[in-house]
Amino acid sequence: MSTDVNVKLDALPGLDSNALPLEVKDLHVEFRTRNGIARAVNGVSFSLRAGETRAILGESGCGKSVTAQAIMGILDSPPGFVTGGEIRYRGVDLLKLREEQRRKVRANRVAMIFQDALSALNPVFTVGFQLGELFRKHRGMSRADSKARAVELLDLVKIPAAKQRVNEYPHQFSGGMRQRVMIAMALALDPEVLIADEPTTALDVTVQAQIMSLLAELQQERNMGLLLITHDMGVVADVADQISVMYAGRVIEEAPVRDIYESPSHPYTKGLLESIPRLDLKGQELSAIKGLPPLLTDIPKGCAFNPRCRYAKDACRQDPVPPLHRVAPARSSACHFWKEVQADV
Amino acid sequence: MSDIVLEARDLVKHFPLTQGILFKRQIGAVRAVDGINLQLRRGETLGIVGESGCGKSTLARMLVGLETPTSGDLFVQGRNMAKVGGAERRRGRRNIQLVMQDPYTSLNPRMTVGDIIGEPFEVHSEVLEKPKRRARVQELLDLVGLNPDHINRYPHQFSGGQRQRIGIARALALNPEIILCDEPVSALDVSIQAQVINLLEKLQKELGLSYIFIAHDLSVVRHIADRVAVMYLGRVVEIGTEDQIYENPTHPYTQALLSAVPVPDPKLRGMRDQIVLTGDVPSPANPPSGCRFRTRCWKAQEICAQREPELAVRQSSDHPSACHFAEVRDVVHAQR
Repeated sequence: MSTDVNVKLDALPGLDSNALPLEVKDLHVEFRTRNGIARAVNGVSFSLRAGETRAILGESGCGKSVTAQAIMGILDSPPGFVTGGEIRYRGVDLLKLREEQRRKVRANRVAMIFQDALSALNPVFTVGFQLGELFRKHRGMSRADSKARAVELLDLVKIPAAKQRVNEYPHQFSGGMRQRVMIAMALALDPEVLIADEPTTALDVTVQAQIMSLLAELQQERNMGLLLITHDMGVVADVADQISVMYAGRVIEEAPVRDIYESPSHPYTKGLLESIPRLDLKGQELSAIKGLPPLLTDIPKGCAFNPRCRYAKDACRQDPVPPLHRVAPARSSACHFWKEVQADV
Repeated sequence: MSDIVLEARDLVKHFPLTQGILFKRQIGAVRAVDGINLQLRRGETLGIVGESGCGKSTLARMLVGLETPTSGDLFVQGRNMAKVGGAERRRGRRNIQLVMQDPYTSLNPRMTVGDIIGEPFEVHSEVLEKPKRRARVQELLDLVGLNPDHINRYPHQFSGGQRQRIGIARALALNPEIILCDEPVSALDVSIQAQVINLLEKLQKELGLSYIFIAHDLSVVRHIADRVAVMYLGRVVEIGTEDQIYENPTHPYTQALLSAVPVPDPKLRGMRDQIVLTGDVPSPANPPSGCRFRTRCWKAQEICAQREPELAVRQSSDHPSACHFAEVRDVVHAQR
């Protein structure tokens, strides 16, 4: 049965199994609202290799979740519109696909888990029914078979007494267990790319540790690409390989995880790192980034970070926007003065 | 006056569970807070950490008088709040104010900022006569770093961090000595979080405030607190100075909690001694016998099910810990 689906996926225009599992190029998304056009994503590019974890790091409103939604094709539209760019899965531009082709890619090849598992699960169906739905719809399995697979999946994500719990409803699960169900659901059809949008933000630290280690284990087993969307610098340091830092809808710095923490080359990244409370700064004032992130309907001219930046000079306040340029092998920054930022300890 | 501004003795809050509509009968109780002893000294910050459901917010509500304790005593500046009369109790409450977690729902969207911050004066009208109130509100706005001219604006015209400043200004209105912060920064972004923490520390220095700081973010608590109490299922399992708790934790739960916190330094990946707990927190309606943590503890033995460990200083540690086998374990060595 699964071969049947693969046949259909092979028919995707331009599918190249040697191409990267996920590549985003110059993505633009805007929201047409009553208060004007909010430019949520303004030219985001990144790629994801098999088995790699890329973190998209940023604060609320920076466009990180919208990027994820655009990749999955679940953007609320209207008001949200993808206005430019490419999202390639193994060479296939997902934005050019018809909706039913896209649906095949979704869940089969690219899957997603959400922050709030309680509202992502349907409260009136059992967990087993919802997990089984994937096999029934995508694989054409019978009810009995799909339920058996659901039990296997719950086992996979280490939910104890899976046989009994498969018949329970989402509200009967604790927060951590619900997030496990979400992971099971995302992994059901063996995707090559998993997008995790703030998967542990709603959870307690001890549960967060359980979920992150489960994710890492499953990722390694399946050699899956993981796109981790988060604002938590601690989680990123623990699991990511590559980081893209976003601000006001753009990637402003991109680097392997160690480099970013060691020598940030954009003032915003530097500011974020410095505002984390640290032991050696106990009793001292934290160095906060002054001011507020800009409104997406009214992004400042030039570098969007310039009103909050201590390195800002005239060049930063004028268009064009500083592009993301290479500052070292595998590292880029969108700051005119990245050298100063790096040198400044 | 003594140096202890707030003291809780054996504070208990049980929420009854009932069955039946016409003939209601109690079939049990959720033991949200089950016997807590705390002391807050003048000018210090006491951090309270614990996971959701451990009773930290119920404790906070009892301390400010929003919830009546089932049993136990609460002393605010030497007054036993349960025993003293109405007027005296009001004066006691005036001295302890609350900053709430969610700056979006804790401010009335139909009131101007001036009305919100001025409302405490309506309740405690003896503090300041009417004509002087507006000036005082403007002074408070200035104190928390907002523009005093924005007194007539509404909450939706402010960002999350600014709203939290409004909440802080409201708490300061009656010149309290104690401020209770219940997760004051957890709804804010990192860069804004730092601004609010700096403000709280500045106010403490300037006004000589005592803080009770409740949070689940352990690194924030470490930054701001002098002493820390760790709660689990309605009880304090370990209490000590910030150094004692973070450097030499002796209770297995504290150790697990600390080890679970991701450290923002990729060089230390895999080098930490991470304890991943199994299972979930048991229901507070039916806590385990003996030590409440035993169902998830790797050290648990027979005695843990039979006898509840006291919160006491043991040979192996220099601060109170509620574990029969309390033992120092260096879990955050990496955080240096």
